[in-house]
Amino acid sequence: MAKNNNQPLPPTDNRVTIRNATKRFGSLEAVKNASLEVKPGEVVLIIGPSGSGKSTLLRSINRLENLSKGDIWIDQDSVTEQDSDIRKIREEVGMVFQNFHLFQHLSVTENITLAPMTVKKMSKADAVTEANRLLKRVGLLEKADVYPDQLSGGQQQRVAIARALAMNPKVMLFDEPTSALDPEMVKEVLDVMLDLAKEGMTMLVVSHEMGFARAAADKVVFMDEGQIVEIGTPEDIFDRPSSERTKKFLQHIL
Amino acid sequence: MALLKSDTKNEPASPRGGKVKIDVGDGQLIPDRADGSILSAWNIAFFGALSLLVILPVVKPDPYLRIIRFIPDGVLVTFQVTVTSILFSVVIGLFTGLGRISRIAFINRLATVYVEVIRGIPLLVQLFYIYFALGGFLQLPPMASAITAMSICYGAYMGEIFRAGLQSVPRGQFEAALALGLSRRQAIRKVILPQTIRIILPPIGNEFIAMLKDSSLVSILAVSDLLRRAREYSSVTFQYFEAFTIVALVYLLLTLFFSRLVGMLEERMDTRGKK
Repeated sequence: MAKNNNQPLPPTDNRVTIRNATKRFGSLEAVKNASLEVKPGEVVLIIGPSGSGKSTLLRSINRLENLSKGDIWIDQDSVTEQDSDIRKIREEVGMVFQNFHLFQHLSVTENITLAPMTVKKMSKADAVTEANRLLKRVGLLEKADVYPDQLSGGQQQRVAIARALAMNPKVMLFDEPTSALDPEMVKEVLDVMLDLAKEGMTMLVVSHEMGFARAAADKVVFMDEGQIVEIGTPEDIFDRPSSERTKKFLQHIL
Repeated sequence: MALLKSDTKNEPASPRGGKVKIDVGDGQLIPDRADGSILSAWNIAFFGALSLLVILPVVKPDPYLRIIRFIPDGVLVTFQVTVTSILFSVVIGLFTGLGRISRIAFINRLATVYVEVIRGIPLLVQLFYIYFALGGFLQLPPMASAITAMSICYGAYMGEIFRAGLQSVPRGQFEAALALGLSRRQAIRKVILPQTIRIILPPIGNEFIAMLKDSSLVSILAVSDLLRRAREYSSVTFQYFEAFTIVALVYLLLTLFFSRLVGMLEERMDTRGKK
C-alpha cells in the first residue's frame, strides 16, 4: 500500500499515465507490472481473454480498485496516492459499466442530474437543461421521465453514457459496455461511442468490438494473464500481431 | 376447516371442445393466495373474530359487554407502546444497520456486539432488567421502561433488517455513485438508502405486528395495556375465560388489520415505477 512519493511526474501532454501497475487479490496477481500512456483525445481499446486483468486495470484508473503497487495519474494528479482527493479525480473520469448500474429508484433525468447537483452543487434548472441536451445527444429525449426498468438494455447503456458525460469528464472509461446487450442493441451504443470519439473524448474501452476498434481506436492493447503483451494500432494488432499469444487469442474471437 | 379447504382447491381448466389437453408441468409450485376470494383465510379469520366480538355481547351482555367497556383504555396503551417503540427502534435499527456495514472497525464491532447481545436475551428478561434491575439507578416510570426495553430489543432486529436491506442493493449501484464523484456518505444517502427502504418496508411491517403482540409483555411492569386490563378485570370477577377470550379476539383483529395493511403496502411497492 505504501506509495513512493518521489516518483517523477508524468509528461504534461499525457492524459492518463499508468506505471508498473500491479494488483493482487490474495495470491492471484490480476495485473502484473502494466504500463500505459494515453494522450488527450486518444481512444484506446483493451482486449484479452477473460480473467486477463483488463477490467481490473480499467477500474484502477478511478480507484474502484486499489493498486498493490505502481502509480496512475490523470494529467498530473495522482490517483494512487492515498491522500490525493479521489473524489476530485472521479469527477473528471466518467465510467460506463457492463451492467449499466443505473439508479433504479430514479427517473432517467434524475439519474443524470444526481451527480451534477450533489457533487457540483449545480442548480436543478441548469442540471435538467444539461440532462436534456445529453439525452437529445444519445437520442433518448422522449424517455426523460421513465424509470430504468422500463428501458431496453441499449437504451439503459445510452442513459449511463449520458449520466457519465453530465460531469463533463476529461476521460471516459468503458468496461465491456456492449457485453450485456442483445446483438441488435450493440450498434446504438457503439454509435454513441463513435460520436464521442470523433468529438475528441479521451477513451479507454475494454471491449472486443473489432468494428469499433477499426473505426475509432488509435491504439489496441492486448492483455493476457495480467500483463500487457502488445500495444499497437488496430491494423498492427488485428492484421499482423507480433506475439504468439495475441495470434492465438485473435483466432478465438474472429 | 371445511371452509378453508374449498378456499385452497385449485381446479384445472377443463379441456376445450373435448380435445386432448396436454398438461405441461405439474402446476404452480406455490398456489395463489386466493386473496380475492371471499373465503380467503384472512377474511375468515378477520370477520369470524369481528362477528364473535359483536355476537357475544349481544347474546350474553352480562360479562362480555362489561368486559368490552372495560378494556378500550388498554387498547390505547398497547398502541402507544407499540407505535412509540417502533419509531425509536427504526431509528436505532438504521444506525445499527449502517454500523454493521461500516468500514470503521470500532463502529462495526459495537453494532455487531449490540445485535448479538440483545438478540440473545429474551424480551421479558430485558423488561425486568430495565425496570427492576436498573430501576435502582434509572428510576424510569413503568411506561418509559417498557418503551425503552422494546425499542432496544427491536432495534437489534431492525438493525439486521436494515443490514440485509443495505447489502441487498447491488454493489454496482454504490460503485456507479462513487465513480460519479459522490462521497461514500452521499452515495449511501442518495442511492443506497432510498432503494433499501423499498426493500425493507414489508419486513418492517412484520416487525410492527410482532411488536404489537410482544407489547403484551409490558403488562408485567404495571403498564395498563390490553392484557393488563383483562387481568385487572378477571382478578376481581374471576371470569378468566370470558376476559381472555375478548383479549385474544381484540389482538387477533388488530394484527390481522395490520397484516392486511402491510400486504397492501407490499403490492404498492411492486407496482411502483411501472405506470
